[in-house]
Amino acid sequence: MDEMKDVIKNYVIKEYVEDDTEITYDTPLISGGIVDSFSMVSLKRFLENKYKIAIPDDKATPEAFDSVDKICQLVGNYLK
Amino acid sequence: MAYTEKTRGIYSEILTGLKEAGLFKQERYIHSSQSADIEVEFPTGANLKKVINICANNYLGMSSHPEVVKAAHAGLDSHGYGMSSVRFICGTQDIHRTLENMVTRFLGTEDTILFPSCMDANAGVFEAILTKDDVMISDRLVHASIIDGIRLCSAMHDTFKHSDMEHLEEKLQLHNDKRLKMVITDGVFSMDGDTARLDKMAALCEKYDALLFMDDSHASGFIGKTGRGTHEKCGVMGQLDIITTTFGKGLGGASGGCVSGRRELVEMCRQKARPYLFSNTIAPPVVAGVIKVLEILSASTDRRDKLERNTEFWRKGLTDAGLIIKEGDTPIVPVMLFNAKLSQNVSHDLYEEGIYAIGFFFPVVPQGQARIRTQISAGHEIHHLEKALEAFKKVGKKYDILGKTKAEIIEMYGM
Repeated sequence: MDEMKDVIKNYVIKEYVEDDTEITYDTPLISGGIVDSFSMVSLKRFLENKYKIAIPDDKATPEAFDSVDKICQLVGNYLK
Repeated sequence: MAYTEKTRGIYSEILTGLKEAGLFKQERYIHSSQSADIEVEFPTGANLKKVINICANNYLGMSSHPEVVKAAHAGLDSHGYGMSSVRFICGTQDIHRTLENMVTRFLGTEDTILFPSCMDANAGVFEAILTKDDVMISDRLVHASIIDGIRLCSAMHDTFKHSDMEHLEEKLQLHNDKRLKMVITDGVFSMDGDTARLDKMAALCEKYDALLFMDDSHASGFIGKTGRGTHEKCGVMGQLDIITTTFGKGLGGASGGCVSGRRELVEMCRQKARPYLFSNTIAPPVVAGVIKVLEILSASTDRRDKLERNTEFWRKGLTDAGLIIKEGDTPIVPVMLFNAKLSQNVSHDLYEEGIYAIGFFFPVVPQGQARIRTQISAGHEIHHLEKALEAFKKVGKKYDILGKTKAEIIEMYGM
């Protein structure tokens, strides 16, 4: 799980952070304005491709994507 | 009728909040036609003040061009004031189709459809062309009207970092399984005045079998050697699948816009784009005016050449004065001040000096990137620009920002 956390955290930093904002596992991503709701789609697709899962659209909510910890929980629900 | 005191209070509170946050927009009444020299009433009730306008989108000085005004008069006489109809019921005149054909030739595309505005064109085009099986991949700094259009479309949406071609390629790979992929960009970005890397984007779209969309509102008529737009400048004429643009800037200044591009995509807009289907046709005098604008611009590049010279003069003048500008070669020249309050103060003082230019700050531009956005026109003469430069120097000296670095300005005034 820790490895997954780092993979996701690193992806978020590479994809969305364009300055020196620090990201931790519980940094609010969407409510904190780091990831806009438009850009969530690439995060969802990244997770689905990386972990070979399908996240239903109604589960891919801004709340479920709001921190690295929460994203890990969400992914965990769909891992076989 | 239930507009109660409670309801009024809700909105009053919101409006007060906007004022307190410095986000309340106040109109300034211009008593003259649009040009380099205008007469302004500001604040409301004040005596009229003659100022030089350096913040209009009147890039080619066509807003009050005598031949354009004359053509609009003639169009009013021959084709009337309005059509009281949308295009497909009884709102299409011969001149509407004439203008569409002229725009097609001017931009080097296959076909064109007129919209009441480019805002409407962008609001309608994506929904008309794409479905939930498709993906739109847009630059993160595209214009607000494109963002609204994207929101109205059922296709998946993703973004790439501004002008970052490696990131765009990653996104094209990520979404390679979609039925259609559309890459979306502005030609010239309105806040920074920089130009899309269209040659690279066209190559990537070719490689990954994606459509390429560009809003060229801040370029049509003057960017490129013959003013065709950003696709001419980047050497990719004929390779764009969709171009949207406006007749409210370089191509006249009144109103109206269009979608121009592949024949089938334009036809899809004619069949399905809601702002086209449910909004009145462009008024005949405006159509006649834009036709004249395109005749003038097709016959000679004098105006865009003059704009290019004016832009070079202006950019060099500001740089020599020790002000920080965004690099580039377009007539959108942001003077960077970084601090919101400083941008408001400089704008106010410039106005006192007879120069009309507006401060832009968050949320219109990112936090810490406040600026005065100046826009140069072929309607400016060198004496206008010299006077404006003197004003910038005087105000810049007052605030001690001439020759200062970004860090020094931020140290003095904060972000």
